[in-house]
Amino acid sequence: MSRAGIAIVCAYEHPTRWAPDKTAYQIAAEAARGALREAGLSFADVDGYACSGVGPIGVLSMCHHLNLQPDWLDSTSIGGSSFVAQVLHAAAAIRDGLCTTVLITYGSTAASDRFAVGTGGGTAGDPPDAFEGVYGPTVVGAYAMVAQRHMHQYGTTSEQLAEVAVTTRRHAALNPHAKYRDPISVDDVLASRIISSPLHLLDCCVISDGGGALVVTSDERARDLAKPPVRVLGGGVAVRHPGTGRRDITDIAARQSGARAFERSGVSHRDIDFCMIYDSFTITVVSTLENLGFCEPGEGGTFVEGGRIALGGELPLNLDGGGLSSNHPGMRGMFLVIEATRQLRGECGDRQVADARVALCHGTGGFLGIRHSGATLILGGS
Amino acid sequence: MSGKPLPHVDEESKGYWEACGRHELRVQRCRACRELRFYPRAVCPGCMSSDVEWILCSGRGEVYTFTVTHQNHAPGFRENLPYVLAYVELEEGVQMLTEIVDCPPDDVRIGMPVEVSFEDVGANIAVPRFRPRS
Repeated sequence: MSRAGIAIVCAYEHPTRWAPDKTAYQIAAEAARGALREAGLSFADVDGYACSGVGPIGVLSMCHHLNLQPDWLDSTSIGGSSFVAQVLHAAAAIRDGLCTTVLITYGSTAASDRFAVGTGGGTAGDPPDAFEGVYGPTVVGAYAMVAQRHMHQYGTTSEQLAEVAVTTRRHAALNPHAKYRDPISVDDVLASRIISSPLHLLDCCVISDGGGALVVTSDERARDLAKPPVRVLGGGVAVRHPGTGRRDITDIAARQSGARAFERSGVSHRDIDFCMIYDSFTITVVSTLENLGFCEPGEGGTFVEGGRIALGGELPLNLDGGGLSSNHPGMRGMFLVIEATRQLRGECGDRQVADARVALCHGTGGFLGIRHSGATLILGGS
Repeated sequence: MSGKPLPHVDEESKGYWEACGRHELRVQRCRACRELRFYPRAVCPGCMSSDVEWILCSGRGEVYTFTVTHQNHAPGFRENLPYVLAYVELEEGVQMLTEIVDCPPDDVRIGMPVEVSFEDVGANIAVPRFRPRS
């Protein structure tokens, strides 16, 4: 994967968490402007474009809105992991000479639209939905079924899951833009109401507005730009679903996408200084850590205890406060890559991971216990 | 039942839903490679054969995993909270997403033996759910 070097040269997170005065398209455009300006670029430099979105955010409409006529497009729609996958697709396209400079954008007004991201029900009308929609599955329910099975199989506890929320909130306190910054305790998580058993309200990510943008280009071009390049070392994309009806629900896409990412980057688990792991729910983090191979299946609950995943710990993760406390406008993958890039540039102030050189981002998209995607990306600082 | 979506029946799935309408739980078996598959589809993902038969299931199985849903804003479901969403593993070996009924939600356990229970939701249309069996 590291034949010709590819780098992320712009990473901008829109500061908004609540934007009833803005459209989703506007947030994406403002984020694109923020990202491009960081490197001294303009829309005229963009010859590749990618976006993804819930609802009407189509790639053609976004091109129209930004007045782009790129040589390469990607509208990958595999849920919240889409943007992580798009960085890999952009890298391949640039290496293959299809384009040189890819802009990736995201904008959403999920919170101000009062869109019930996790508990809105509804089905898309694809063939499997006919066998599911009649029973009332929700996003949180699909993750909760993984948590229930995990507890049954491995003895994982609600207290262990709560550790993820508590640690992430501690990180959010260090991020002035985070939606929720007041400390919480394990008892607070357990005392919050059950949304879908065994997951409590505080096991669930927030719903916010927001957006962000990234620019990916060749190492060669990156040299002339303002910010230190962050290198794309490798990655992988995978899916899991019930197939023909036999499945271990605790085996998730991260097992496959993570293995590919480690192979292709030549990086080992010991080299990873910190992780950005999609935390739609606390169980998502525990299950992802196991499937990426940071611990054995069933050991994720123990792994997240004792400060290991906190800033200053052995494997700090979700330093921005994650989806659990900072922001989640529906598809969080964008923010995983932005925070990882900024950490690797050493720009994160109070929440900076000391000597951060190699980061792993993992996005999960869709319904974990039903059908989901996973996208893993390993990045290296300059 | 008002407000809940009705099963969407199409060319690939009508054999399943027609059987449900007769209160029979049937899953497909490939006549070529003999593999069972759920949900039904026209082409075997294992051997690519289109030759298929519909096996009558015992209707018995056990809960593989579940969640007690306390929040769902969708019409038809928000009126029926809390309800139990579950994967049930049938005796024949395939898992299906379903609902556990006729049981206090807090009493549902993984591994609990269950049996199919059909609810008529229209003319010749029934939805299979599962209830505890002793």
